[in-house]
Amino acid sequence: MQNVYLDYAATTPTDPEVLEAMKPYFTEFFGNPSSVYSLAGKSRAAIEKARVQVATALNALPEEIFFTSSGTEADNWALKGTLEKLRSKGSHVITTKIEHHAILHTGNYLEKVEGGSVTYLPVDGEGRVRLEDLKAAVTDKTILVSVMFANNEIGTIQPIKAIGEFCREKGILFHTDAVQAAAQLDIDVGALSIDMMSMSAHKMYGPKGTGVFYVRKGLKLENFVHGGGQEKGRRASTENIAGIVGMGFAIERMKVRLPQEKPRISGLRDRLIEGVLKAIPHAKLNGTRDDERLPNNTNFSLIGVEGETLLLDLDSKGISASTGSACSSGSLDPSHVLMAIGLTHEQAHGSLRMTLGRGTTEEQIDYVLEVLPEIVARRRSMSPLWEDYLKKIGEK
Amino acid sequence: MALTYSEKVMEHFSNPRNVGEIDNPDGLGEAGNPRCGDIMKIYLKVKDNPGGAAVIEDVKFKTFGCASAIASSSMATEMIKGRTVDEAWDLTNTAVADALDGLPPIKMHCSVLAEEAIHKAINDYREKRGLDLIPMKDYGDEHEVCAV
Repeated sequence: MQNVYLDYAATTPTDPEVLEAMKPYFTEFFGNPSSVYSLAGKSRAAIEKARVQVATALNALPEEIFFTSSGTEADNWALKGTLEKLRSKGSHVITTKIEHHAILHTGNYLEKVEGGSVTYLPVDGEGRVRLEDLKAAVTDKTILVSVMFANNEIGTIQPIKAIGEFCREKGILFHTDAVQAAAQLDIDVGALSIDMMSMSAHKMYGPKGTGVFYVRKGLKLENFVHGGGQEKGRRASTENIAGIVGMGFAIERMKVRLPQEKPRISGLRDRLIEGVLKAIPHAKLNGTRDDERLPNNTNFSLIGVEGETLLLDLDSKGISASTGSACSSGSLDPSHVLMAIGLTHEQAHGSLRMTLGRGTTEEQIDYVLEVLPEIVARRRSMSPLWEDYLKKIGEK
Repeated sequence: MALTYSEKVMEHFSNPRNVGEIDNPDGLGEAGNPRCGDIMKIYLKVKDNPGGAAVIEDVKFKTFGCASAIASSSMATEMIKGRTVDEAWDLTNTAVADALDGLPPIKMHCSVLAEEAIHKAINDYREKRGLDLIPMKDYGDEHEVCAV
């Protein structure tokens, strides 16, 4: 059986060369970077090298890079750290309805526990935030805008530069969750007027358990983890040296590969999109079709079929994918992103996300295009919802 | 996969029994709600035995939903096929779930859907025959929150 992994947005395998770079820091150069002897110096040097690697990739300064345990932690730091520092100026935060839960649930926390108020901006039918909505939401109490760089479910890339420039002009801090985008796009934090940015190593062929929080030089945020003096005392705890080394190598290698990988992956993406829309009746693409879509993202609504059913049928054919249907998540609510772009519950329950990556080949895409239409046709034939849908549109 | 299903659930999901429709069914029951991601339709063909108990001669289903909804439909229809209508009424959701070697707690409502759809189909049959309807359990709230 073929083995086709199409869930690179969930996580990526660690690049073997990245793993090789990490290995010495488990058993050989294991010293605590805070210690004085020369063994510890190796660890310190490794961390500072990784900091330079990350900074270089983002056109940032090394002192603007802070290592965290995850993208989620960086998101938490951005929201909580800003409100805690700027409370005297205001407590209003603007974000969007399609953020990752790392932002949405932290936003809920700010409202419930920290006395903040949060505006969740709507998006258009393709998942794009409108600048007019952002402008209209700003008050004299607004201290922070947090808009994700690109959406993890439907791949829509936001107008980050325009949002960044607007915020800079208004004197409002701008944070972006770039966990998905940073693995696939060139990001120049200065050119985009980004004040804070979150990233994660495991989305870019690095290890799980390491994230990056970019904070523009001079920006005052409340410290996040209290303890020792690590990360200039702003984020304490003994560093995850191997993870940090992995992050540095992963982003460096990603940048080298990007010029070839980006067109290759987006070409395969378009092959998959066109193939699905052609082979499966009434398939709908969620998100946008142009350059405003992440190179590796596809997301379809296959009305009449439930997402978990699709995933299990695909899994039986060796294909790993994802869905925004409630039934797969354990929460029973369909994806907030798919609901925010105006899908019906039926469309959201019938959603299928396939995200491509380094290991994806044309043969794999063609294999998916061979088996997926059969799976959908079979499950639709036993679905009362599909029957009702056909009646509704007058095809039965 | 966040959820782990028993082999029996996977087997009935992969090869569901009794899929389809019955033309002019003696009983038709529908349960579920597309909002929640599952709809189940049960079709009954009933053989009336003068002086004896009516028997479910054939049963078919159509289901939109997750693996446990499809497996529950398949198992429940297997369990009532050839049984008397009264025996079919007594089939509980837990009996369906047990026959599948259990369902994850969050998926138990799928077995409830099967029970509800069968009850509705039986009452539809009774109505067509001019018999008194059997009082239904109140399933309403369960579906409003999309879970048991």
